Amino acid sequence: MRRPRNAWQGLLLAAVLTWLVVYPLLLTLMRGLREQGSWTLRYVHEFLARPTELSALFNSLWIAVASVVLAAMIGIPLAFFFERYDFPGRRWLGAMVALPAVLPPLVGVVSFIFLFGESGFIAHLVRRLFSLEQAPWRLEGAGAILLVHAYSMYVYFYLFVRAGLAGIDAAVWEASASLGAGRGRTLRRVVLPLLRPQLVGAALLTFMTALASFSAPYIFGGGFRVMTTQIVSTRLNGEDGLAMVETIALTILALIGLWLLQRTDATDVTGGSKGVSPRPIPVRSPVWRTLIAIGGWTLAAGLLLPHLTLLLVSFVPVGTWTTEPLPPAYTVANYLTLLHDPVRARPLVNSLWMATLATVGALALSVLAAILTVRRRATARRWIEAVLTMPWAVPGTVFAIALAAAFSVREPLALRFVLVGTLWLLPLAYLIRNLPITSRSILAGFRALDPSLDEASASLGANRSRTLRRITLPLLKPAIIAGATLAFVTAFGDFVTSVVLYTYDTRPVSLEILSSLRQSDVGVAAAYGVVLMLVSAAVFALGAGQRRVE
Amino acid sequence: MDGVLGPARAEYRRADGHAMSSGAALGLESLSKRFGEVQAVKDVSLDVPAGSILALLGPSGSGKTTLLRLLAGFEMPDAGEVLVNGERVTRLSPAERRFGMVFQHYALFPHLDVGANVAYGLESAGVRGPELARRVQEALALVDLAGYERRGISQLSGGQQQRVALARALAPEPRVLLLDEPLSNLDPSLRERTRAELRELIKRLQITAVFVTHEQDEAFDLGDQVALLHSGRLAQVGTPEELYGQPASPFVARFIGRSSMLPVTVTGRTPDGVTVTLYGQSWEIPGHHPVADAGPAWLYMRPEAMYLSEPVGVALTGVVARRRFTGSGAAYVVTLKDGRALEVSGPLDAAAPGQAVGILPTRRGDGGLHLFENEMTA
Repeated sequence: MRRPRNAWQGLLLAAVLTWLVVYPLLLTLMRGLREQGSWTLRYVHEFLARPTELSALFNSLWIAVASVVLAAMIGIPLAFFFERYDFPGRRWLGAMVALPAVLPPLVGVVSFIFLFGESGFIAHLVRRLFSLEQAPWRLEGAGAILLVHAYSMYVYFYLFVRAGLAGIDAAVWEASASLGAGRGRTLRRVVLPLLRPQLVGAALLTFMTALASFSAPYIFGGGFRVMTTQIVSTRLNGEDGLAMVETIALTILALIGLWLLQRTDATDVTGGSKGVSPRPIPVRSPVWRTLIAIGGWTLAAGLLLPHLTLLLVSFVPVGTWTTEPLPPAYTVANYLTLLHDPVRARPLVNSLWMATLATVGALALSVLAAILTVRRRATARRWIEAVLTMPWAVPGTVFAIALAAAFSVREPLALRFVLVGTLWLLPLAYLIRNLPITSRSILAGFRALDPSLDEASASLGANRSRTLRRITLPLLKPAIIAGATLAFVTAFGDFVTSVVLYTYDTRPVSLEILSSLRQSDVGVAAAYGVVLMLVSAAVFALGAGQRRVE
Repeated sequence: MDGVLGPARAEYRRADGHAMSSGAALGLESLSKRFGEVQAVKDVSLDVPAGSILALLGPSGSGKTTLLRLLAGFEMPDAGEVLVNGERVTRLSPAERRFGMVFQHYALFPHLDVGANVAYGLESAGVRGPELARRVQEALALVDLAGYERRGISQLSGGQQQRVALARALAPEPRVLLLDEPLSNLDPSLRERTRAELRELIKRLQITAVFVTHEQDEAFDLGDQVALLHSGRLAQVGTPEELYGQPASPFVARFIGRSSMLPVTVTGRTPDGVTVTLYGQSWEIPGHHPVADAGPAWLYMRPEAMYLSEPVGVALTGVVARRRFTGSGAAYVVTLKDGRALEVSGPLDAAAPGQAVGILPTRRGDGGLHLFENEMTA
C-alpha cells in the first residue's frame, strides 16, 4: 500500500541481519580459500588428502541418519499409543514422555555418564549381579553417542506426531473404516500420508540436531571423530585454514540434508480438517489395563532415570563415592557452594544475564522482522526471512568459529570489530543462534493473525503504533512467550557455542560443569546440572502457564 | 432512538462544521484496481445518496469485495477517486476516513471484552471517561446487547458477535458504514430476521451504507439500490425492480432471477415492442430491446412470463421433464422438441411429468421477456 515508505526499513533490517548472520560465514569461507592475499585450494586439498577428515565427515552423516531412524522408531509408536488409547495415567505419562526436552544437551550427557558409564549405577549393578571385575562395556564411541541421541531426540517425533494425530479429523478415520479399510490400511493409506508434514518436520529437526550435536561426541567420542569435534580440535591445533574448510564441509552437508528433506516436503498435504479430533480408544480389558499401567510407569521411570541420577549425584560430597553401587554419604554442601562461593556462583549469573539479553534481542529483531515482512510486505522480505532461518541450518560449532573469526580484528571500514575476549561476543552468539527459534514462532504467530483485525483497528481510527500496542502485540503474546522460553532455555544451557567463544569472565554453566567433572568434582557438576534442569523446566512451565491464561 | 443518538450527533455536527442530519453522500469516480494480471475493479462510477443503502452484488471474483476495500482505504485505487460530500478522501488512510466497517468474519478483538471492543474506535477519537462509558452503552443498546460490556467475545453466539461488530462500527458515528457480507456467517434462520433488523437500524440512524453480498435476496431486501458487478465492471445499477424488470445485458438477465433462453429471429418493430419468430410462430415482445430491426437474437424468458397450455395450435411444445414445488405454485421444466429446456411457472395442478404441453407468453409478459443480440456477454 505505501511501499516506498517501508523500503529503507526493510533494507536496514536486511543489512543488519546480513552483517550478523551471513557476513561471518562469508569471512569463514574466504579464510578457508585464501592465503596471504590470494586464492588457494591448499586447505581444501589438505582436507581431501587426510583420511581422518573424510571419515569424520562420513561419521557425522551416518550418525545423523541413524539418529533419525532410532528417534523415529521410539517416538512414533509412543505418539500413536498415547494419542489413540485411553488408560489410567495417560495424561501424566504422556507429559512425562516429553521430559528429555528439559535436559540441556551437556547435562544429558553428564547424567548418562553417571548412569551408564563404566563406574555409573547400572555398571555397578551389573558387576554386583554377575561378580565381574570390570563393567562389561565402555560408554564410548558411536554406540554411546547414538544412545544419547535416541534418548533426547525421539521427543521431536513424539511431539510432532502427537500434534499431527490430534489434528486429523475423526471423520477421516471413520470414512476410511466405512470404506472397508482395516486398521493397517487406514494407517498406511490415510493416516501416515496425512502425517507426512509432521514426519518430515521431525526428521528434519532430528537430522539437523544430530549433525550439529557436539556434547555427546565431545564427551563420548574418544577416537571416534565427527565433524563438529574435528573442527574444534583442528582449531586448537592452530590449523585455522583447515578448520575453516572443515566448517564449510559440515555446512554443505547440513544444507544438502535440509534441501533433500524440504524437497520431499514440496507437495504439502493440506487437509481441510475442520472437525474434531478422534476420541482416544478406551482400554477396557483389566489385563491390558494392568499391563499398560505397569509398562507405562516403567517407561516413565526409565525416562526419568537420568534426571533422578543427576539429582542423587548432586548430593554426593567431594571424593566420597568411588566403588560403592550407591553413594555412601549425602550432603547439601554442593548447592551451598554454588550459592556462597563467588567463583562458583559466577557462571550461573553469567548464563542468566547472557541468555536473558540474547532472548530479548532476538525477540525484538523477530517482532520487527515479522511486522516488516508479514504485514508491511517491506522490501527484501524474502531475504530477511531466509537470513533469519540460516543459523538453524548451520551447526553451532560452525557459527561459533565463524563469529570468532569475524570479530577478532578491528577493521571498522569492513564492519569488523574486536569482540573476542569481551563480554559481548557470547551473548551476541546466543542471540544469533536464537533468531531461528524466535522468528519462527513469531512469524507463524503473525501469519495466523487475521489481517482484518489490523484493518478493523485502522477503520476504527487507530494509527499503526496504537494498533501494534493494543491489538497485535497482545494477540501475539502466546507466540512471543513460546519463542522466548525456548530461546532462553537453549541459550541458558548452551555448550557448543560457549566452548569456542567463552572467556573467563563470561564462562557459562555448561563449561563449569565440564571443568568440575574434569576435577572429579562430580557433586558440584551434578548440582549445576540440576540447577540448569530446574531453571529450564521452570521457564517452560511458566511459559505454558502464561499461554494457558490467554 | 434520536434521544439516544441526539447529543452525540450534535457534537459531531459541531466538529465537522456542517450539518450531518443524515449520513454523508458517497461518490465513486472511475475507480480501477489491478492486482498483477487481474483487473479486479475496472472504471466503476457510482453515486450513493446520503442516507441510502447500496448493495454491491456479484458472483465471486466479480470485484465487489475489492471495491469495498477501496472505499475503506485498505487498498489504493490505481485510478479514480472516492468522494464524501464532494470531498476527495482517496488519499486518506482508513483511520482518517471515519468510515465504519463490519467485517465478514467480524474481526472482533478476541483479547478484549465486548465493552472494550466497542470503546476502541471512540478511544481513537479521544473520547474518555463517563462520556466513553455512556456511548459504549448507547451503541450496545442499539443492537439489543445492553449490559453485555464485560462479556468475552468467545462467550457470544454468532448472531451476538455480528451485533457487537455492528455496534463497534457504529459507536464512533461513522460518515459511511461499510459491510462485507455481514450476514453470511449466520444460520439461515437467523439471517432473514437479522436482515430486517439491520435495515431498520441503518434507516433509523439515516446512515449511508454500502454492503457486499453474493445473494440476490439479500441485496434486494437490504439495498435501496443494487450495483451488479461482473468481472470488475459495473454491469448495472438501479433499484431491485429495475434490475429484474429491465436488465441491461444478458448477464444481468441471467444473474438476477431465473431465465431460460431461446434463439429467435427478429422480424420487425411495433409501437409497443418487437416481433420475433419462434419455432415458426410469431410472438410480440413488449418493451424496448437492444436488438436490430431484423436478424437473429436471443430471447430471455422469466418462468412467470409464460404459462402452460394444451399442445394444440401452439408452436412451442414439449414434454414436462420435472416439476419443482415452490410453495405457492410449481416450476415446470419443459423439454422442447429440439432438446432445449424451458422453465415455466404455473399452478400446482397445471401438468404432470411426462405430459405433453404447449407454452404461451402471458399477456403481461413485459418485464419477463428480454431480447439481446448476444448470448451472454457483460
